[in-house]
Amino acid sequence: MCNVCGCGHGETKIDGKVPHDHTHDHHHDHAHDHSHDHDHSHEHHHHQHGDHHDYGQGPAHAHAPGMSQTRMVQIEQDILSKNDAYADENRTAFEGRGILALNFVSSPGSGKTTLLARSITDLQGDVPVTVIEGDQQTANDAERIRATGAKAVQVNTGKGCHLDAHMVGHALETLQPENDSLLFIENVGNLVCPAGFDLGEKLKVVILSVTEGEDKPLKYPDMFHAAGLMLLNKVDLLPYLNFDVDLCIENARRVNPNIQVLQVSATSGEGLDAWYAWLKSQVANLGAAA
Amino acid sequence: MHELSICEGIIQVIEEQAVQQDFQSVEKVRLEIGKLAGVELDALRFGFDVVTKNTVAENAELEIIELDGTAWCMPCEKTVHVSQLFDACPNCGSHQLQVTGGNEMRIKDLEVN
Repeated sequence: MCNVCGCGHGETKIDGKVPHDHTHDHHHDHAHDHSHDHDHSHEHHHHQHGDHHDYGQGPAHAHAPGMSQTRMVQIEQDILSKNDAYADENRTAFEGRGILALNFVSSPGSGKTTLLARSITDLQGDVPVTVIEGDQQTANDAERIRATGAKAVQVNTGKGCHLDAHMVGHALETLQPENDSLLFIENVGNLVCPAGFDLGEKLKVVILSVTEGEDKPLKYPDMFHAAGLMLLNKVDLLPYLNFDVDLCIENARRVNPNIQVLQVSATSGEGLDAWYAWLKSQVANLGAAA
Repeated sequence: MHELSICEGIIQVIEEQAVQQDFQSVEKVRLEIGKLAGVELDALRFGFDVVTKNTVAENAELEIIELDGTAWCMPCEKTVHVSQLFDACPNCGSHQLQVTGGNEMRIKDLEVN
């Protein structure tokens, strides 16, 4: 990532363009160096380090003159603090403008884009919706969303496995969502990495389709722990599958006792009224809190 | 998850600190990583060596302090130890647990020159 603002190596693209043009001239050539022998360098270093410690009582405690001594620097900083700072900026912007931002996460193929496109169509005239689409490559999903008439921006993460708050911040500059609207952020299809990256959203919504296993919440606990709502999608297919809905919900609640669950089908429309009612209540709550 | 991104986050913090606190090289990095943070420590160590190349932290030793997972059990009304997010309360078997510790991903301190 770039140290100026956290961008990747020009791989991140927003609607096909690199978000901005500051130079990325530091030496982060890690992507090409996977073959070096890290085990040996570690071992070696331990020995060097032992020599250092022989000086005195350990780092920064020896005050003997003329001795080269290492010093301790207290950091106590979260590793993802840079992302979190961007997320806070996004969150402040959302709150100030009455925007309800939801971060949709799931494995690939759960029906996220279909569900979002259907929701936008059905909500037309009720609440304005804009969309940030995250995928490693292609603008296909943004095009599907734009076909509904909604504004959408595609973020291509390149090699990245998740959206981060900085990419979302740049996408917002392009998207310009209106005040008092809904913002759907469709994350990269991945049930692991997006769990750890706050984008500034109000809530993570995890979509699980009934063509997947009911034990997914246990296999990918971080994501189900981080989400506030689980949409169980493709329930129109239940008659053809051996999928135990109650067990799936029980598994999700083992990981996250507070998770809300709605059963929906973006194809048949089953359960969508409850989903829209949930969305509208969230928007209303936002208004009440502001 | 994304251990390489985490390593890039570490290097960002270190390089900012190198300017602020005026140091040229890092001998040792101490992290605190919670057992519930979803971080694969071997992958993190590997990523650290890769990402620190040609930076102030090249060849720095990485020490990882693992922090236990803790949760508040609502039925028991006390703090219990958990090692996975889907663990039940070791006392009462309930899953009504609120995780209170073990999600940490923090740079504790650096030993620098």
